[in-house]
Amino acid sequence: MASAIFVLNLKGKVIISRDYRADIPMSVVEKFLPLKSEVEEEQGFSTPCLTHEGINYIYIHHNDVYLLALSKMNSDAMEMLVFLRKMADVFIDYFKELQEESIRDNFVLVYELLDEIMDFGFPQTTETKILQEYITQTSNTVKKHAPPPIAMTNAISWRSEGIHYRKNEVFLDVIESVNLIAAADGTVIQSEILGKVRLKCYLSGMPELRLGLNDKVLFEAAGRTIKGNTVEMEDVKFHQCVRLARFENDRTISFIPPDGEFDLMSYRMSSNVRPLIWVECESIVHSGSRIEFMVKAKAQFKKRCIANNVQIIIPVPEDADSPRFQTSNGHVQYAPEQAAMVWNIKKFAGGKEFFMRAEMGLPSVKNEDIQVQKKRPVQLKFAIPYFTTSGIQVRYLKITEPKLNYHAMPWVRYVTQNGTEYSIRQ
Amino acid sequence: MVPKLFQSSRFKAFKKSETSELQKGLVSQYAYERIDAVKRTIAAMTVGKDVSSLFPDVLKNLATRDITLKKLVYLYLINYAKTHPDLCILAVNTFVKDSEEYNPTLRALAIRTMGCIRVNKIIGYLADPLRKALKDEHPYVRKAAAVCVVKMYDLDREYCASNGFIEQLQALVSDPNPVVVANAVRSLAEIHDQDPEKGYFNVVYTMTDRLMVALSECNEWGRITILNSLARFRTSDIKEAEYVCERVVPQFQHANSGVVLSAVKVIMVHIPLFSSDFTDFLYKKMAPPLLTLLSTDSEIQYVALRNINLILQKRPSIFDVKTRVFFCKYNDPLYIKMEKLKIITMLACDENINETISELRAYVSEVELEFVKQTIKCLGDVALKVPSVINDCISIFLEIYELNISYMVQEVTVVMETVLRKYPQKIDLLLPYLSRVIEELGDPRARSSMAWILGEFSHVIPTSSKLLSEMISTMADEDLQIQLALLTAVVKLSLMNGKGNDEELVQKVLNYAINQSSNQDLRDRAFAYQRLLTPENVRKAQKIVCCEKPSVSYNNNLPEALLDALLCEITTLASVYHKLPESFIGQGKFGADAIQRRAVEELNIEEANVHEAIEKGANVENLLDLDFTDPGATSASDSPITSAQPQSGSNSAMDLFMAFEAPSTNNAEPVKARSATDDLLGL
Repeated sequence: MASAIFVLNLKGKVIISRDYRADIPMSVVEKFLPLKSEVEEEQGFSTPCLTHEGINYIYIHHNDVYLLALSKMNSDAMEMLVFLRKMADVFIDYFKELQEESIRDNFVLVYELLDEIMDFGFPQTTETKILQEYITQTSNTVKKHAPPPIAMTNAISWRSEGIHYRKNEVFLDVIESVNLIAAADGTVIQSEILGKVRLKCYLSGMPELRLGLNDKVLFEAAGRTIKGNTVEMEDVKFHQCVRLARFENDRTISFIPPDGEFDLMSYRMSSNVRPLIWVECESIVHSGSRIEFMVKAKAQFKKRCIANNVQIIIPVPEDADSPRFQTSNGHVQYAPEQAAMVWNIKKFAGGKEFFMRAEMGLPSVKNEDIQVQKKRPVQLKFAIPYFTTSGIQVRYLKITEPKLNYHAMPWVRYVTQNGTEYSIRQ
Repeated sequence: MVPKLFQSSRFKAFKKSETSELQKGLVSQYAYERIDAVKRTIAAMTVGKDVSSLFPDVLKNLATRDITLKKLVYLYLINYAKTHPDLCILAVNTFVKDSEEYNPTLRALAIRTMGCIRVNKIIGYLADPLRKALKDEHPYVRKAAAVCVVKMYDLDREYCASNGFIEQLQALVSDPNPVVVANAVRSLAEIHDQDPEKGYFNVVYTMTDRLMVALSECNEWGRITILNSLARFRTSDIKEAEYVCERVVPQFQHANSGVVLSAVKVIMVHIPLFSSDFTDFLYKKMAPPLLTLLSTDSEIQYVALRNINLILQKRPSIFDVKTRVFFCKYNDPLYIKMEKLKIITMLACDENINETISELRAYVSEVELEFVKQTIKCLGDVALKVPSVINDCISIFLEIYELNISYMVQEVTVVMETVLRKYPQKIDLLLPYLSRVIEELGDPRARSSMAWILGEFSHVIPTSSKLLSEMISTMADEDLQIQLALLTAVVKLSLMNGKGNDEELVQKVLNYAINQSSNQDLRDRAFAYQRLLTPENVRKAQKIVCCEKPSVSYNNNLPEALLDALLCEITTLASVYHKLPESFIGQGKFGADAIQRRAVEELNIEEANVHEAIEKGANVENLLDLDFTDPGATSASDSPITSAQPQSGSNSAMDLFMAFEAPSTNNAEPVKARSATDDLLGL
């Protein structure tokens, strides 16, 4: 629970605030940044929850603003931080971008939202689609009678009644993000797959959906075998529309979806993943005045798949200059601000191998401890369509709407991409 | 107090021309112009301009039937409700009227906003509409009313309790609508906690059924609330507890991390009751969702890691030996990396030690200074915990000595002291590096560790007396910590080597400590040693000083009682700080009261300023033009209800409060876990 919510800019100036409980002096917000830097000074880093003189500061950072909740009680820290994140999401949905300027341009709307998403410091609702039904940007359209959407307080709090589409369709995207840390010798130190099933629902009425996956637990429980592989998900998370008790009982994923786009479920597997794209990087320092890099990149996934927009970010010494690049494919850019060179490859087919050679000058005044050079990993970005690392498959998506009885088509796509961390240590 | 500068900018006078322009807009005959004007007024208010002189004009728009306009005026009111509630009383009749509206949005809005006006006088007006709203046919209104009860309770406990509002709120717990139930239990829980003896909200088994139904129908925030209420449920009946836990388990699959962790909380509260089979089952269910929290936003990860740390202390085997998931990512923020290091240390055991060590070795060459330091400390802890790995650790430390980067060398030296206490025979490996390392040490911790090493192993280190005499030459400039360590070190040196070779050195140090130093501790200790070192006592001295040291072992766990208390506080700030709530939310009522007083005081100052502004403003007569029937409510210069505390009094209260700063409940570091005599002599 929060006593007050603030939006601050990076200098600590309050852009907008809402005092929900009037039980703490609002001026304590001025302590926030000094307190944060004091903690940073003391222990070298700051944490998302700080306490000072009986006031707790709970905050997140997004673009050029801080979202800060103050409380003088032993509040639920997890709830507050998740709430602040969701609040940021609501602002992004409304203003496209959350930054100082977008808040300043929309004071009134922000106040209105702050009034609705939280009451007396208790989070109420953060479902943008429902909020948008009665807190609107088109301020001049005067609605005479706008009752609160029934969904606000309903058991189905994410979908309104009376939705109609001429053509009923569902688009299903299975997106797998691969996190991987590998050592230079090729051993995988850590790897995990974070999968997500994203739905775009254009369906009329109150449709009832059932999703079938090649879930190992489901098939083992039923004692059945199917053609092809099954996958074992270590943990699954569902959008609030999914009936959790039913899933716990018989692994059935059944739900009434929200309208439009949403993430239906996410799953995690920490099974050992072979690196999809492998990069070897060798560097030689020539007579102390120049450094030469030989880089080899290899696509180790299925031959018929193609990785798009591959980016290989290779760290170089911070004081290197005058780069020269030679490559069999793609093009290389020097990015001095991150002390790295970035090798871009538009299309990288499975089984292919590409090479790159780079040469850079080193300053004549030599850094004493060159061997002490801090090691930074090679990082990768990519997307491989029509491919999942885990082998997960959508077997069916059954759509029934008892009243309207229409026929709807589901469309399925798959893609694998890099996660927040896909790096090869040097 | 509000600094001068802040005040002046906040109450910057609003330009006359702008004011009159807005004023014109506010009384325009066209709705859209009025809406626009209110909007601009609110925008001006937000950027810190004082628009309180427009109050009467804004208020005129309240009687509108246009919901958009009404909402805007309410927003304006909420903002001023804080600074001058008595002005808001002017609007009270409209509120009462709105609470009878046909449109539920309006009814709810009126109840919600009225609750935000923090002045006792409002209660009289609020009572009837609130009573009706609690029985309203529309759940949206009931949900707002449920929260409004706690708002009223905050204003006037007596009134709220004696007029049946709490009973009405209790009835809402069995409301058919899940969101209403959630708000009702949340309000009740808070009212209960302010006065636990009254027992307003005791979760009993019969209530859990209703809560379970609401749980599966509620939105994410409602679920968190209901789970937190279920965590308040206490029973000694295993069947009941099992039933609750079983029905909470499906919530582990919810996408909202708050729901997941709250579900964990319910389980952790009840888990001590269960048989080992059911306990195993629950922990097994809990482990994957806890690990999934590590792939969320960093801040959420942080809370998860702090809680995992607690659960891991209770149940070290919960993740088997899976250390890998806790390995640091290059892009992790520092605060995450530090938490992960702690957990890696906790998980270290013979089964995973190889990958742990090779991972830690990789971290040593990372960029962030604090991270590298913590890694070195972590390596030392692992060496204490898993004896089989000591040689690997020492070889990493020696590699760092080879590299000779001063901050790393210093950290290693500090850790070395601890490691050598457990594995004294490893000193041989260190010998070649000592004289070079000593030059790199600037940090007092590292220097005193070095002094300890030189003293303790003076019989093995051939150059010990030379190195110590070098350190002693600058003794007068050193920190106390180092001086004490040096004193003990030379005494050990002389006693171990005997023969009186180092007599001169000892005398020099004793002489400095007794005659020159102004520090009592140092002097007293020097006197003690001096007496010990007399020829007739030498044997006893040897026995005392060169005795067998109690061994150190790795134990970073919290005390049992504290841990158990914190496990009932999962997801809260207490679980993040690893401190009991009492230690940081101000010493009981006293601290909280002081804060409240300061809040009130600040309001009063702002209010006084605003009053001044209004009185100066040209609009004062307009106030009287308003058609309000309640004569008592129109006086704009009513004195604030809550009288200001004398400033000095409140300040001293704050000072006192600060003096009560939370005592650190953190456990003593392993190094410090020495015996009492040991401490006394600084051995």
